[in-house]
Amino acid sequence: MNLDQFKPLTVYTIYIASTPEKVWEALTSAEFSRKYFSSFAVEMEPKLGGRFIVRAPDGSEHISGEVFECDPPNRLTVSWNVNWPGLVEKLGLTIVTYEIEPAGEAVRLTMSERHDRALSDDILSGGRTGWPAILSGLKSLLETGKAPQITMAPPMQMLAALKAMGIKTP
Amino acid sequence: MSKPQFVYVSYIETTPEKLWEALTSSEFTRQYWFGSEVRSDWKVGSPFALLMDGETTDSGEILEADPPRRLSYSFKHQKFRELRGEPISRVVFTIEPFGSLVRLTVLHDGFVEGGKYLGAVSNGWPAILSGLKSLLERGKVLDIPRAALDKGFDVK
Repeated sequence: MNLDQFKPLTVYTIYIASTPEKVWEALTSAEFSRKYFSSFAVEMEPKLGGRFIVRAPDGSEHISGEVFECDPPNRLTVSWNVNWPGLVEKLGLTIVTYEIEPAGEAVRLTMSERHDRALSDDILSGGRTGWPAILSGLKSLLETGKAPQITMAPPMQMLAALKAMGIKTP
Repeated sequence: MSKPQFVYVSYIETTPEKLWEALTSSEFTRQYWFGSEVRSDWKVGSPFALLMDGETTDSGEILEADPPRRLSYSFKHQKFRELRGEPISRVVFTIEPFGSLVRLTVLHDGFVEGGKYLGAVSNGWPAILSGLKSLLERGKVLDIPRAALDKGFDVK
């Protein structure tokens, strides 16, 4: 698959007082992600072609994907497909890339959500609402040892747009 | 095609009052805004200035001030020649209580299509607002090189 055809439609950059290794671990381990990502567990095989899963608190696979770039602790690219029937057929794959760079005594983390087609702001609103909450929590956890509880309302704007496209949402 | 603008949302463990103070006091901004000081009496219509090492880098006027909920000012770059030709832009801070946290939304708009300023701003804000969050949550800013602010000139 040619990753170049996927263009970043949502980008979020955050600086964290930590090391690249710790940021990598926080992004890819269930133990960490449960604390800052609404109790969701990230499970990843850290190799090309490895499985990437985000498991909901009830144990179901909420997001399934595959590892496309794996250069710890600098760069990770995975597919990030929400398991709702018809979603990938209609929206194409969602690709997420994390870039981790040292910046003085901090780390610059850039998340890019990439797609191979134009998507409406309504569809993209889910990620644009979710990423700041997830990555704000990750920063707090790494800097203070404690992740705040950020309880997000369901992304109604996105759910309505998906429903209008005939995608079955919960 | 959406209009050129920059939006950044951050969730911060603090109160709306403390966040308002952090955005409007030069004591605070000097710590997280790479040494820059904000100057204004924060009344609608009053002048706004941002100073770095005593030199005005950006200036404008207070457009909205509703403490501790909403603050907006116009923003015109004064320092770098390559950015001085850009039109007057606008910054809007929205502060909302969110459970035990505060959600800060920064909107910066009024850019020209294809201008350099949006790239500069898109790189600067995440560094500034990451430092602000660290300062309020752990009492200490991040040690990020000032070069992070300039990084965007060549981007996009």
